[in-house]
Amino acid sequence: MARSHKPVVWSLFAAGGTFAAFITPVMIFVTGLAIAFGLLPADALAYERVLAAVQNPIAKGLVFLTVFFPVWHAAHRLRITAHDFGIRADTVVLTICYGLAALATIVTLMTLFNL
Amino acid sequence: MSRKPYVRTTSTSSWWLAQPRYIRYMAREVSCILIGAYSAVVVIGLLRLSEGAAAWISFLESLQSPVSIVFHLLALAFALYHTTTWFNVTPKAMPLQFGQTQLPGGVIIGAHYAGWVLVSALILYLVGI
Repeated sequence: MARSHKPVVWSLFAAGGTFAAFITPVMIFVTGLAIAFGLLPADALAYERVLAAVQNPIAKGLVFLTVFFPVWHAAHRLRITAHDFGIRADTVVLTICYGLAALATIVTLMTLFNL
Repeated sequence: MSRKPYVRTTSTSSWWLAQPRYIRYMAREVSCILIGAYSAVVVIGLLRLSEGAAAWISFLESLQSPVSIVFHLLALAFALYHTTTWFNVTPKAMPLQFGQTQLPGGVIIGAHYAGWVLVSALILYLVGI
C-alpha cells in the first residue's frame, strides 16, 4: 500500500488550528497591540527582563509551540486554499508552504537553543 | 459520436465571489495567511531579542508604527474569525457520545468558548494587563 503523508500534515493542521484558535487572538492582542498602545507595565518589556523570561526552559517551550503549531496549521490550510483560488501546481505550492513552516520551525528552535 | 464536451461555466479562481457563504468560506481559509504572517513577526521578535538590547529596542519601536498596528488589527480580526469558525464546527469534528446519549453540540461549543476565555484571561494576567 502506498504510504501517504496526509495523516501527518492533517494532525498538525488539526492540532495547530486548535492551538491557534485558543492562543493566537490573545497573543496578537498582547504582542501586536498592547505593546504599541502602552498597556503593559512600563518595565515589562525591558531587554534583560524579557531575555530572562524567555531563557526559562518552560517559557522556551511555550514560545516554540506558539510558533510551531500555528505555522504548520497555516501552511497546510494555505496549500489547500491555493487550490480553491485556481492554483493547480500543488508540488510548487506544498514546497513553498511546508518549506516556510519548516524554516520558521528550525529558526525558532536554533534561536531558542542559543538564547 | 463523441460526447458533448463539458464546458466549465464558473471561473476556477473567482468562483467564491458568487455567493456570500463562499466569501465567508474564503475569509475563513485566508485567515491562515494572517496567522502565518503573525507567526513570522513572533520569529523576527525572537531573532531581535537574541541579537541584543539595541535590536530588541528597535523591534519594540517598529511595533508602534502605523503599518504594524494596522497589520495586527487585521490579524486579530481574522484570528478571531478563525477561532469562532473553528469552535463552531467542533461538534461535527469530535462528537461526544455517552452510552446512548449524544452530548448536545451547544455544550461542546460552549465548553470551547469557556476554555478560550479562561486561557485568554490567564495569559493577560500573566503579562500584567
